[in-house]
Amino acid sequence: MKRKQKKKTRVIPGFGLSLGVTVTILSLVVVIPLCSLVVFTSQLSFSDFLSTVTSSRVMSSYWVSFSTALVASLINAGMGLMIAWVLVRYDFPGKRIMDGMIEIPFALPTAVAGISLTHLTTTNGWVGSLFDKIGIQIAYTRIGITVALVFIGIPFVVRSVQPVLEKIDPQYEEAAGMMGATRCYTFFRVILPEILPALIAGFTMAFARCLGEYGSVVFIAGNTPYKTEITPLLIMAQLQEYDYASATSIALVMLIAAFLILFINAVLQSRTSKIVSGIE
Amino acid sequence: MEQQYYVEMRDINKQFGDFQALEQINFGIEKGKLIGLLGPSGSGKTTILRILAGLETAETGDIIINGQVVNDIPASQRGIGFVFQNYALFRYMTVFENVAFGLRVQKWPKSRVKERVNEMLRLVGLEGLEKRYPSQLSGGQRQRVAFARALAPEPQLLLLDEPFAAIDAKVRQELRRWLKGMISTVGITSIFVTHDQEEAIEVADEIIITNQGRIEQIGKPVDIYRNPTTPFVARFIGDSAELENVHLFPGFEYAADQIKHAIIRPEYLTVYKKGEPVEYPNSVEPGVVVQSAFRGTVTEYQIRLSDGTILTANRLVDTAPLAEGEQVQIFARRLLAFDEERAFPVENICLAGVRPYVI
Amino acid sequence: MKQKQSGPLKWVLIGGSAFFLFVMLILPLIYVLSTAFREGIQVYIESVTDEYAVKAILLTIRATVSAVVINTLFGVFAAWCITRFQFRGKKIISTLIDLPLTVSPIIAGLIYVLTFGRQSALYPYLQKLGISIIYAVPGIVLATIFVTFPFISREIIPVLTAAGTDEEEAAALMGANGWTIFWRVTFPHIKWVLLYGVVLCTARAMGEFGAVSVLSGHLRGKTNTMPLYIELLYQGYDYTGAFAISSILVVMAIVILILRSVLEYLGKKDREA
Repeated sequence: MKRKQKKKTRVIPGFGLSLGVTVTILSLVVVIPLCSLVVFTSQLSFSDFLSTVTSSRVMSSYWVSFSTALVASLINAGMGLMIAWVLVRYDFPGKRIMDGMIEIPFALPTAVAGISLTHLTTTNGWVGSLFDKIGIQIAYTRIGITVALVFIGIPFVVRSVQPVLEKIDPQYEEAAGMMGATRCYTFFRVILPEILPALIAGFTMAFARCLGEYGSVVFIAGNTPYKTEITPLLIMAQLQEYDYASATSIALVMLIAAFLILFINAVLQSRTSKIVSGIE
Repeated sequence: MEQQYYVEMRDINKQFGDFQALEQINFGIEKGKLIGLLGPSGSGKTTILRILAGLETAETGDIIINGQVVNDIPASQRGIGFVFQNYALFRYMTVFENVAFGLRVQKWPKSRVKERVNEMLRLVGLEGLEKRYPSQLSGGQRQRVAFARALAPEPQLLLLDEPFAAIDAKVRQELRRWLKGMISTVGITSIFVTHDQEEAIEVADEIIITNQGRIEQIGKPVDIYRNPTTPFVARFIGDSAELENVHLFPGFEYAADQIKHAIIRPEYLTVYKKGEPVEYPNSVEPGVVVQSAFRGTVTEYQIRLSDGTILTANRLVDTAPLAEGEQVQIFARRLLAFDEERAFPVENICLAGVRPYVI
Repeated sequence: MKQKQSGPLKWVLIGGSAFFLFVMLILPLIYVLSTAFREGIQVYIESVTDEYAVKAILLTIRATVSAVVINTLFGVFAAWCITRFQFRGKKIISTLIDLPLTVSPIIAGLIYVLTFGRQSALYPYLQKLGISIIYAVPGIVLATIFVTFPFISREIIPVLTAAGTDEEEAAALMGANGWTIFWRVTFPHIKWVLLYGVVLCTARAMGEFGAVSVLSGHLRGKTNTMPLYIELLYQGYDYTGAFAISSILVVMAIVILILRSVLEYLGKKDREA
C-alpha cells in the first residue's frame, strides 16, 4: 500500500513561532522602511534625479567624502597592519590594555569623538597648536575630516587582520629564514599574501563605514560647501528643508556606492583566496 | 500470512531536492535482533535510520513498529532510543543530568529517576562519574553515556548512527564487543549504521546492505559474505581483486564463456612456493610476488599474474616466507562471477567433480 | 609565536603603534574628562543635573533599553530559526538582517522619514490614531533599533551553527518541549555571546547620532538623546556642558570595553572547557 505522507515533520520544535517572530520584526524594522524608499524613488522623475545628483555642490561633496574616506582608510590599512603585527608577534608591558583600546571607536559615541577631536585640533588646541606652527590647519579642513575618519576606522583593519596573523604557522617564517630570506623579504613574499584577503576586507569595511559616517565628521568638518561638505551632511541639509526628493536621490547614489564597494570586496576576496589557497 | 516483523519499512521513498535518497525501501526486522545497516557513504543508510526515528519524513511508504503504523507519530512518541554519531551529549549537563534528561521530560518521579540513572550507569560501568561533564570523559566513556542516555527511558527500539566512527581504532575493537554484549544483555531490538564491513560482520546478527538509495541484500553476515547476490555486494564485501581474463585461470575455462566479470578473494587462493607439494598440479597458475606485508597470523602477498592482474593472497606465518620477485604457483578454489544483475560462485573444476557446477 | 630576538625594529613598531593609538584614541578621552572638570566640580554637577540633561539621559536609557530588548528577542528567535531549520528564503532573511550595517545612519533616518513622514501613505492613518513617530520618541527608538539591529543575532548565529543541531534533536527525540530544549540545552551554549551582543548593542545604541539626529526634530527636553543634547550645547558654545555630558558617555564606553573583555574571556574559557 502506498500512501502519501502529509506534512513535513520537524523534530526540533518552534519553527513556526521563531520564523513568525523573525519575519514580523524584520518586516517592521527593515523591510517596510526599505520598501518605502523604493516606492518613493519610483515616484521621482529621472531628469530631476539626474540633475539633483549631478549638481556641482553634490558632485564636490562626493569628492570630499570619497577622497577623505580613501585617505583615512589607507592610513588605517597601514597603521592597522602594524598594530595587529605588534599585538600578535610581540610581548610587552601594557599589551592587553593596547588590545582593549582598539575598540574605543566602537564604544565611544561618535558625537563625543567629534567634539573632542575638533577641540584638540583647532589652532589653539593641544595638537592643533603644534601643527599651526608649521602652517597646517587640521580642524575645519579636509585634514580634519580625515582625522575623524581615521579614528572611526581603526578597529576594522586591526580586528580583521589579527586573527589571520595569529593562525599563520611560524614554521613558514622559519622555513623562509632557513633558506636565507631576509625578514623583509619574508614579510612581503610569505606573510603579506596570507593576510592580504583580511587586509582588503578590513580596508573595504572601514572605507564603507567612512563614506557613511556623520556624527564625528560634522563637528570637525566646518561644513563649507564645495570644500568640506560631505555627502551625508548634504542629505541631512536637504531633510531639514523637507526636500525629501533631493535627499532620497543623493541617498540612492550613496547606497549604490556602498553596495558596489561590498561587491568589489567580495570579488577581491574570492580571487585572492583562490590564489593563496588554490580553492574557492 | 507473512512473517511477523517487529520493525518494518514498506515502499519508502525519500528525496532531498532532486536527489533520490531512498528508492522503494522494504525490509523487516525480527524482535530482539541486532541489525547492521551497511553501505558506502551517501548510500542512504543514515537516512533510513533517521526516517525510522522520525527525524526525517519519507515522501511515500509506511513505517511499522510493533504492529503499529507510526508515520504520523512524532519522533518522541515512537519509543526509540537514538545514539547519535557524535553522541550529541548535552555539553552543559553532567553525566547524571544527561542520562536523567529523558526521564525528567517524561515526568518520572524523582526517586525513580535517581534509581534508574544509577542502574544505567552501573550497567555501562560508569559509576562514580555522575558529576563529570562530557568534556571530561574519554571517547569510549562518552559513547557509554550516550548509550545509557538512550536506554534510560526504556525504549522498544535502539538506533545507533555510526556508533564507533568517533573512536580511535584501538578502543573501537573493545567497544564493539562491549556493545554487542550489552545489547544482548538488555535484549533490545537494535539497528546500527556503519560503513565499515568488518564492523558490521563482527557485530550484527543480520546485515542490510544499501547502495545508491536501494537495498542490495539482506542476510546473515556469513551468508552475505559467502553468497553475495548482487554485483555491488560481491565487490563491496571482502578483500577482493577483479579478474580480467577468467579463461586464463586453469580450472575455470569450462565456465569462461558464461562469466562476464569475476572477483577473487584471498581466502580462495593457495600460494605454493617452488618445491612445495601442489595438490592439483594441472590447475595452478604461475605468478610473481610483488609485495609482502606482515599481518599478524598471516603474511599478505601481492602476486602478479602473467596478464598483469594483481591478486592478494595469504600464507600462514609459520610457512616458509616468500621473497619479493620470487616465482610462485597459485591455485584458486573458487571465484565469484557476476553480471549486471546477479552474482554467483563458480568452483574450480578439480573440486567441482565430474559435473561442473555452473549456475 | 613571539619573535625571539628583540631587535630595534620591535621597539620602533611598538612605539609607533603606542604613539598612534595614544594620540588618536586616548588623547580625546583625556581631553573630554579634563575639559568637563575645567570649571570645577560644581559646574560639572550643575551641567549633568540640568533638567534637560537629565531628560536627555533618560531618553537615551529608554532608547537603549528598547533596542536591547527588541534586538535580543529578535536575535534569539532569528538565530533559532536560521540555524535549526532548513527552509526557503533563509538566505534572504540573513542578508536582510545584516543590511542595516551597510546603510549610512543618515540614510537609516531617511527611510523612516519616508515611511512615517508627511508624504507617506501611512501618515493619514497614523494621524487619525494620534500616533506621531517622526520628530517624536517612537522615531528615535525605531532608529536606534535599526542601527543596532543585527548586533545580537550576529553573535549568536555562528555559535549555534558551530554547536550543530544534534543536541536539540536528541532532546526532542526524548520528548522535551521547545521551552525545555531552549533553556536546558541551547541557552547554556549562547549565554556568554548573548551578553556580549547585549553589551555591543548597548554601546552602539547609546551613542547613535546620525539616524537619531534625522528623526529627532531636536526638541529640547523631548526628543534629545545624550549625543543630540551634546550637539545642542556645543553649537550654543556651552563647551563645558557639552564635555560634561560627554564625560558620562566616556565612562560608559570604558565600562563597556572592560565588560567586553571580561565576557570575551569567559566565553573563550567556556568553549575550551
